[in-house]
Amino acid sequence: MPVLELRGITKIFPGVVANDDVSLSLEPGEIVALLGENGAGKTTLMNVVYGLLAADRGEVLVDGKPARIKSPRDAIDHGIGMVHQHFMLVEPLTVTENIVLGREPGRFGVIDFAVARERVRALSEQYGLKVDPDARIQDLSVGMQQRVEILKALYQGARVLILDEPTAVLTPQEVHELFSVVRSLVDEGLSVVFITHKLEEVMAVADRIVVMRDGRVVGETRPSETDMVGLARMMVGRDVVLRIEKGPSRCGEPVLEVEGLRVLDDRRLEAVRGVSFSVCGGEVVAIAGVDGNGQRELVEALVGLRRPLAGTIRLKGRDVTHAGAREAIEAGISHIPEDRHRRGLVLDFSIAENMVLGDHRVEPYAKRGVMRPARIAQMARERIEAYDVRTPSERVHASALSGGNQQKVVVAREIGRGPELLVAAQPTRGLDVGAIEFVHRQIIAQRDAGKAVLLVSFELEEVMALADRILVIYEGQIAREFAAGEADDETLGYYMTGGGGSKLDGPPSAEVAAGGER
Amino acid sequence: MSESHEALPEQRAWMTLLQKAGAPVVSVLIAIGIGSLIMWISGYDAGAAFAALFKGSLGSPKAFGDTLLRATPLMFTGLAVAYGFRAGLFNIGAEGQLFMGGLAAAYLGVRLGGLSPAVALPAVLVAAMAAGAAWAFVPALLKARIGAHEVITTMMFTYIGKYIVSWLVVGPLKAPGQIPQTEMIGASAQLPRIQSLFSDAALQSLPILKLGRGHMGIFVALLFAVVVWLILKYTTLGYENRAVGFNPWAAENAGISVPSTIVKSLCISGALAGLAGAVEVMGVHHRIFDQFSPGFGFTGIAVALVAKNHPLGVIPAALLFGAMSAGSGTMQLEADVPQKIVLIIQALVIFLIAAESVVQWFIQKRQKEALARAR
Ligand SMILES: Nc1ncnc2c1ncn2[C@@H]1O[C@H](COP(=O)(O)OP(=O)(O)OP(=O)(O)O)[C@@H](O)[C@H]1O
Ligand SMILES: [Mg+2]
Repeated sequence: MPVLELRGITKIFPGVVANDDVSLSLEPGEIVALLGENGAGKTTLMNVVYGLLAADRGEVLVDGKPARIKSPRDAIDHGIGMVHQHFMLVEPLTVTENIVLGREPGRFGVIDFAVARERVRALSEQYGLKVDPDARIQDLSVGMQQRVEILKALYQGARVLILDEPTAVLTPQEVHELFSVVRSLVDEGLSVVFITHKLEEVMAVADRIVVMRDGRVVGETRPSETDMVGLARMMVGRDVVLRIEKGPSRCGEPVLEVEGLRVLDDRRLEAVRGVSFSVCGGEVVAIAGVDGNGQRELVEALVGLRRPLAGTIRLKGRDVTHAGAREAIEAGISHIPEDRHRRGLVLDFSIAENMVLGDHRVEPYAKRGVMRPARIAQMARERIEAYDVRTPSERVHASALSGGNQQKVVVAREIGRGPELLVAAQPTRGLDVGAIEFVHRQIIAQRDAGKAVLLVSFELEEVMALADRILVIYEGQIAREFAAGEADDETLGYYMTGGGGSKLDGPPSAEVAAGGER
Repeated sequence: MSESHEALPEQRAWMTLLQKAGAPVVSVLIAIGIGSLIMWISGYDAGAAFAALFKGSLGSPKAFGDTLLRATPLMFTGLAVAYGFRAGLFNIGAEGQLFMGGLAAAYLGVRLGGLSPAVALPAVLVAAMAAGAAWAFVPALLKARIGAHEVITTMMFTYIGKYIVSWLVVGPLKAPGQIPQTEMIGASAQLPRIQSLFSDAALQSLPILKLGRGHMGIFVALLFAVVVWLILKYTTLGYENRAVGFNPWAAENAGISVPSTIVKSLCISGALAGLAGAVEVMGVHHRIFDQFSPGFGFTGIAVALVAKNHPLGVIPAALLFGAMSAGSGTMQLEADVPQKIVLIIQALVIFLIAAESVVQWFIQKRQKEALARAR
């Protein structure tokens, strides 16, 4: 008997049928990968299961019995846990405190922390989810925070775990570890629904693959019965180029010149420690590195969000070291931020209002302080069309878009502005394969138009596909520079994990290179 | 989306409007229900009480004039609070800015009273705006520079402002005589009563125009409601105000200066509150004294909540509160419901509507946040 069964789930939003008569079942000990284009309805379906949304029709069965799930609380009571792409942890509290929150052991409102810690420790041992129970959330990496979320679901007694794009924010090493955790979960009899856009992950981890398109289930298969190209076709309905062709770069005048840049992070520690490089027009330079090696601070300094401690930044020969965000935009720097919800979008703004963010003072979108809604709407419609943002209209709030479509809005705005320099941090995070292909083409088109592109990505795949030159960043310094095609995954992984910093500058050992394996 | 989905209903403007307006209306009805219950338990005739309340607020042109009279300052303070809210700022100190605006109007009104109204009226209004803005400027600067919370600082400035006025009306600005108040402002700086615009003959034939104490300030207030709405909707100033209110990090990324937006927003809020003081001085009391505002600045918070921070929503919300305040006198007089119960009912309505708004704000926010994180 399936642990979880969905029958004829239909969910309608104004102007959109997000789920159209969807049925799905999940056996005990099974990993089902839910695959589908951006806006196909995957998150909506799982939100229905988790009680965040009420379905218009259809029913959810747990252990063969109809379950009335009206809130996450009900879902948890039925043994269903969900880890969202954006975590819901309380930052200043410790790991243990977060995990037991809402279900604290103890009596008369006094929490028995010894018992709580012990339970958390036992759980984390059982499933190989290593994490320090006394660490504070704010001090943990994204991967660790995700573990805490999973532990929390397990602590609450989850037998079904829903993971919505869990790997979008992880480094390859962390993805690896997550997979072994997921495997140990199903070994213990739990079931997992795994949403992802990365086909190789689907092939690696899923028992069964369910593909959605336009709110419907359009197919089901198994990793043994298909390959990545077949999956992509099933998802998008056409053949997808997983790795785009590009000609050689024609390096023109230097556009960005960075010299001796030093930048402090929020804790006032030096995160960027003397970085020098340049990007010329007609070139894509990628910064490859493990998260937390100074990429964020470097990017923020370049786009005017963080004041450098020392060094210079020049754009087309002009000193922009101390330019603020506004001057940076006016100088022709566009920025696709790594976190679209925090920096990229105003979720309560319409798509049109989001599309004009940053250009909202200049013609043709505004004149003498008065905005021109008709112009803005027209521009938004053009970009929605060009970037295939799935939405009924440009007046829809950004919060009502699917994750991938939100990302498309940010990318469309930043590339559509026509910048001299595009600083793109994780530009394809959360996009489906078809959309990735499109965005990659746009980035190459920027390059071929003689513009400069600085790509920051944790995805070696993406780095290798786009970059003309690769700078490996490690602990705030450029550890090594490679020309396109000069380095493979393993070599990059070796330098990304500090291999180049040690004295033995020999060939990468198999152990270290595992960090870059996919 | 596939073609089959296209026939779906889109959210129409009137549907959204109904959704937005529905909740406050329901709240008022519930408040009336609870109010009746309280009166019934206390042995009063609830029916008669509400009939009197209605009579005193809308029952005659004169009563309606009283409603307009009370609604006028509330429209300004409601707008003030709403504008700040839209930048994520809680200007709890509109009362202090109102006092400063009133003070500026009372001071200049005396000095410019001799000029023609075409000069004196705008000059006094602008001065009141400047005074209100100035009173918000220091808290704004503290917020923008060192993050001092505006709830604390604007409140502090309210006390300071009120005490300054208390001192001035017994000291330097005291008019000759026993009563601690300033001199009367000149006629050309006064906002005339609405009925004074019409000839006696017109008033005779159209008694509906006899709006009693209702004065021209209401038109200024309506004008400003529309102006604030236009600012928020169609200008870069309003756009940046809203962007900072919703997501300061994304705003910053788009080159919007969060500190300067905070300063601008609180100062505009202060200017609007200053106008509330000005219309009270120019249209009602014609001078300033210690207790010239019964807390219009604080009621403005409730007005903004009921209006869901929409500038045009402030108009009906202010009228509602104005009506309650205008009708309460009649209610006491004619239905023999003591002042205490009138106050309880007033508080109930405010409480319920405000609570509803707050609760709904929190629910929506939490739901939205949960859903936003889910993507
Ligand atoms: N709260 C909402 N209001 C209106 N429409 C919504 C809302 N949430 C989702 N939608 C719409 O429902 C559709 C499905 O969205 P959903 O988030 O489920 O997609 P998804 O498959 O998770 O996509 P992605 O891969 O981009 O995350 C989209 O067209 C989206 O615009
Ligand atoms: Mg999704």
